[in-house]
Amino acid sequence: MLATSPAFKQNARRALSDAGLQKALAISKTQFLQRRARAVAAMPEFERLREIGRDIKNHTLTNLDFYLEAWAEKVERAGGQVHWCETADEARAAVLRICEDAGARTVTKGKSMISEELGINEHLERHGITPVETDLGEYILQLRDEPPSHIIAPAFHLNREDWEASFRKSHTDLAADRVFHERRDILTEARSRLRERFLLADVGITGANFLIAETGSSVIVTNEGNGDLTQTLPRVHIVLASIEKMVPTLEDATNMLRLLARSATGQDFSVYTTFSTGVRRQGDLDGPEAYHVVLLDNGRSAMLGTEFQDMLRCIRCAACMNHCPVYGVVGGHAYGWVYPGPMGSVLTPSLIGVDQAGQLPNASTFCGKCESVCPVKIPLPGLMRHWREREFERHLTPSTVRVNLGLWAWFARRPSLYRGATRVAAALLGLMGRRRGRFARLPFAGGWTGGRDLPAPEGDTFFARYARRQRAASR
Amino acid sequence: MSRETMLNAIRRGLRRGRLPEDQAEMLRARLARHPRHLIPARSRLPRAEQIELFLRNVEKEFGTVDRVAGPAAIPAAVADYLAGQNLPSELVAAPHPQLQAIPWSERPMLQLREGRAEASTLVSLQQAYAAIAETGTLVLPSDPTRPTTINLLAETEIVVLSASRVVGAYEEAWDLLRAESHDELTGGFMPRNVMLVTGPSRSADIEQTLELGAHGPRRLHVVLVDDDASAGQAA
Ligand code: SF4
Repeated sequence: MLATSPAFKQNARRALSDAGLQKALAISKTQFLQRRARAVAAMPEFERLREIGRDIKNHTLTNLDFYLEAWAEKVERAGGQVHWCETADEARAAVLRICEDAGARTVTKGKSMISEELGINEHLERHGITPVETDLGEYILQLRDEPPSHIIAPAFHLNREDWEASFRKSHTDLAADRVFHERRDILTEARSRLRERFLLADVGITGANFLIAETGSSVIVTNEGNGDLTQTLPRVHIVLASIEKMVPTLEDATNMLRLLARSATGQDFSVYTTFSTGVRRQGDLDGPEAYHVVLLDNGRSAMLGTEFQDMLRCIRCAACMNHCPVYGVVGGHAYGWVYPGPMGSVLTPSLIGVDQAGQLPNASTFCGKCESVCPVKIPLPGLMRHWREREFERHLTPSTVRVNLGLWAWFARRPSLYRGATRVAAALLGLMGRRRGRFARLPFAGGWTGGRDLPAPEGDTFFARYARRQRAASR
Repeated sequence: MSRETMLNAIRRGLRRGRLPEDQAEMLRARLARHPRHLIPARSRLPRAEQIELFLRNVEKEFGTVDRVAGPAAIPAAVADYLAGQNLPSELVAAPHPQLQAIPWSERPMLQLREGRAEASTLVSLQQAYAAIAETGTLVLPSDPTRPTTINLLAETEIVVLSASRVVGAYEEAWDLLRAESHDELTGGFMPRNVMLVTGPSRSADIEQTLELGAHGPRRLHVVLVDDDASAGQAA
């Protein structure tokens, strides 16, 4: 997966000719756009909430060391433990250590993008521990051995038929006459399968949408309730959180929550917004006996004080990708790493290196839609431009050995991805040499040619196809 | 050791050392004051309308509501709801004093067991701590009398809510907790777990189309008890 970021154009070309994917993208996209528009229209103060959200995050980032320390003190007072992890390696080791100390055989998981970033599942599996994804979308992807293609709707790229096919293949005891005509049938099947897993799990791993310094709480936001079952039933709860999830107070978190669901799914509020603070209290009838937060940096502190600091405001709502014309036709997998869409195009080069992800900032029409919907007003097109300029200035050569080795290691831990990427690499070789310039015919040509570093076009590029589709659509 | 390294990396990025004491003191004061931000106008209503807004929002989010005049009317309301939905009359109830004070014996058909919910629980009964009109959200903190599993494992969750505990905005619920709640372990006010619940469980993971009944309760039924003279009564 990771090593396919450099092959963005090839990935994109494949995506454009994938009929199933195109069908899924078309259905899903309109759903998201309409729902968000309705929710925002029903909140006249939305613009003001965005400004406040931006300011809260900026204030927090400027004082991040202070708030992290204040938060950690509260976590510890509530019987929790904070594991400070600079790198992905440290975080994986911390998670494994906690699981092994708990004698864990199975681990249930709520949806977490940090978990994808770390490759937790592969790491646990290699050490004999079975991870079970419990978010419906993540569950089907685990059965299919695929990475998520969207940060809040991981199975964005699948159609109903794909779900049924995967269930029939994996749940081998299913009666042949069992029907999956309705989405409800699929839901019921997943619910009953996962119930068993919830009850057996020794450890539950969730992400965190926010960490709150005032109370030492971690917050998760879900609609299914899987995250809550994951953190309530097992003996041990592990929270995976990166440093920029911090907000100072419950009031600050509340402002962010007013923005999050509206921007993400177009709901006024998600079904379950849950604040967890430490371990089971005396007399409690349920809740985990141990509470760990694996706190991850993994490249984020290096963004502070740079033009990319703004990106650390991101609350992972996915509005930018839902509204992105490029994401809308290529889907999430083409971006080649954990974070797709405009936020991925800015974040991925920061986290894995511009030499690997330098193509992504070009995956933009600079239409500005992402910035106009971002709830924390991140200047995404401007940041993508920064990357393009930086890439140009560096005259990129494939000599950044350290990052490449890091990538290879990340990748080698994920055998299925490794296979996929070598396939892509082979296809890439076959495509080299076919070159044809088509830039004059692109829409938004001013935006494109403004980037001095635009790589030479290759063959029938994604951009050319994109342009044809745009013309066809506008006829 | 990682802790100091990480904090120092952050300080390096911010181009400063540890915050000077006067600035740290200002941030501590902000934490202690926890200033409110903008509260949307939608919930700034007279009491009676606030409660109406709450009920409307619960229904908008696919929950159901019933409004009764006092605790004495709850057993009949619960029994009727269960019968109407073709549900069994066995419930697992949170061991909360307000639920215990309800005259259940008037409906001997209802069988209540107190405790936490189990995987096989079909119907559960919870006492809400408060509720938020702004989005039709129930505030369900955990303590020995309000187990978290009651909100999660049953197919159907029934929540009893006193009308006097409906507030407009989330901020008001936080202030209730700050004023009323005491956590022995931390000396603070935050319970181990606070669930804000808005409607029954759902998923949009299949073709981004909403489907009710994912992992949590498929049905969420609120029984609102009118105990607030300033808020008007049930019709
Ligand atoms: S960049 Fe903005 S719009 Fe995109 S996911 Fe982050 S917060 Fe949402």
